[in-house]
Amino acid sequence: MSEPVLEVTDLVTTFPTDASLAQRAEGERRPAAGRAAVVDGVSLSIAPGEVLALVGESGCGKSVTALSILRLVPKPGRIESGRVLLAGRDVRALPISEMRAVRGAVAAMIFQEPMTSLNPVQTVGVQVVEAIRLHERMSAAAARARCVELFERVGIPDADARFDSFPHQLSGGLKQRVMIAMALSMQPKLLIADEPTTALDVTIQAQILALLREVRDRFGMAILLISHNLGVVNELADRIAVMYAGQVAEEGTREELLAHPRHPYTQRLLASIPSRHRPGEPLAEIPGVVPAPGEWPAGCRFTTRCHRAFEPCATVVPRATPISDTHRAYCHAVALEEERA
Amino acid sequence: MEAHVVSNAVVAGLVAGALYTATRVRKSRFWSESFRELGRRRPVALAAIAFYVALGLADSVAWLDSGAQGIAAHRPRSLVDRLFPAEFQERSYSAPLAFEEFYGGAGLRFPGQHWLGTDILGRDVLHMALKGARVALLLGGLTSLIVIPLALLFGMSAGYFGGRIDDAVFFAISTLSSIPSLLLLIALIVALGRGPLQVCFAMGVTGWVSFSRVIRGETLKLRELDYVAAARALGASESRILLRHILPNVMHLVVITFVLLFSGMVLTEAILAFLGIGLDGSWGQMIDQARDELARDPIIYWNLTAASVALFGLILAVNLVGDAIRDILDPRTVRENV
Repeated sequence: MSEPVLEVTDLVTTFPTDASLAQRAEGERRPAAGRAAVVDGVSLSIAPGEVLALVGESGCGKSVTALSILRLVPKPGRIESGRVLLAGRDVRALPISEMRAVRGAVAAMIFQEPMTSLNPVQTVGVQVVEAIRLHERMSAAAARARCVELFERVGIPDADARFDSFPHQLSGGLKQRVMIAMALSMQPKLLIADEPTTALDVTIQAQILALLREVRDRFGMAILLISHNLGVVNELADRIAVMYAGQVAEEGTREELLAHPRHPYTQRLLASIPSRHRPGEPLAEIPGVVPAPGEWPAGCRFTTRCHRAFEPCATVVPRATPISDTHRAYCHAVALEEERA
Repeated sequence: MEAHVVSNAVVAGLVAGALYTATRVRKSRFWSESFRELGRRRPVALAAIAFYVALGLADSVAWLDSGAQGIAAHRPRSLVDRLFPAEFQERSYSAPLAFEEFYGGAGLRFPGQHWLGTDILGRDVLHMALKGARVALLLGGLTSLIVIPLALLFGMSAGYFGGRIDDAVFFAISTLSSIPSLLLLIALIVALGRGPLQVCFAMGVTGWVSFSRVIRGETLKLRELDYVAAARALGASESRILLRHILPNVMHLVVITFVLLFSGMVLTEAILAFLGIGLDGSWGQMIDQARDELARDPIIYWNLTAASVALFGLILAVNLVGDAIRDILDPRTVRENV
């Protein structure tokens, strides 16, 4: 296997807790209440041309993980420790000017809301041209030609005329295509797609997913797909990592994870999908809510909601239990099962 | 260098700039469509502004007469002055289109030629009212030129960078706005002097505060938007984001604030003139000089009326056009066939 495009090791990203922000607001210079690790020891790796899906509930840290990779964590958050290697380069060690050269050219990102991801006062063409010329010296005419070519490639009809359109003249699906064109402009090795289809209706979702798959196949681009929609994940992902409360709970190939989930959280998550129920049958749910950062149990963070929790769970942090070469789960119950098997 | 030479040069520069802008507007579909739309929506107000601007420019182009003698040889006359006969003056009040003086009934030097009468010193009121346009435009324009860059600089950097910069800017804003602005203005004018540049500077330095607060608020909102995050994720630098993504999105505020500022400044000057520290030749000064005349019997109304109507006309036209410009330029108001 070739060198991974992205390798994240023990990433920790923290934000100040509400209590510490309150103390700061009262004039405290060094708040006693500290920072909560919203992303706590996450490790990931993506090979060229691979699609890794990062799945989890809202607030489990998947978006912050993605932003940490590009060093775009909004203040007052910061990356505390860990290593992020993007195409062999240590992201945390790069000076800011080189970091800017990496963003867009080595790894690009598309966002959840195509409605607000484009600047409303500039034509979409101008914005794509800007993205190109940030990284490459190019005449305006050449950049325009490249932009029209990109538009055609991502399936925007009437690409030449669309160059001069303003965002409000385009539909949500077209806007997301423009965002993808912008992200593709430098042919990055990694595309980070943060809930790329959440804001779109179902038929457009399918088109955008097909486009992402085509992009992957044609350019060998790796994709980090962030989603809470398991249907989308099933369509696109090669491998899946399930996150819970800032940590990876289980990781494996799509088949392993969707067909043979081992971690209780993954199991309950899959069990709660409505289409897996017969009409009239009550929907399964996971009782309780995700505890807020800073109120996490000392051991396994799923303890409070887990139906299989037993004695060590609340106090001992579970280690990775390998199930196959590609499949591992962070769970005491799974570890016990594997030992017995 | 003599004042009228500088003024002529500035007019030449302005006209050249306007012509250049016009050619650029013609080339861009967006701007030429927008301008045509403006003409469709506010034809009268646009014509009125064009008239005031033409007056202001014509009054700024002046030269000396070669044949003149005495005082006239050192007093350049502008294009507007040349619409009227030289030494177009009476001894005192005369009613509009009158043939004799208001008090005493002595004959006039120019009987029936003062369309709007003359003031206490015998000066032609129409002439003064026309000349007031230049003062008003100079004041409104120059002050806005000081206020808008200041407000944009402070407001955008405070809103975008936050932290210490925000604290510093907000400290300045709070301090300045805790001082009654008219007092501060008077103090500055007393300290700097009463010339047109000094007055504009004083009004500019005190006027940016409220606008800057608006810009800061808007920037706070914009910096959290996805397209700013997207630009950053594509490798754009902070200055580029500020210039290309934040600035264009606060421009609609700049347009509407420019209009409000412009009229606000012209009105503030009228108050300053009332206190005796306004600009020479402004409409405010005319109103100030006319305030006692309303108490006379029979009433002397033409002086005050001329200045007030001229002032009102300019401010109304500017407000109407500014409102229409905002509607047209704001990308969020839906427009057909652009």
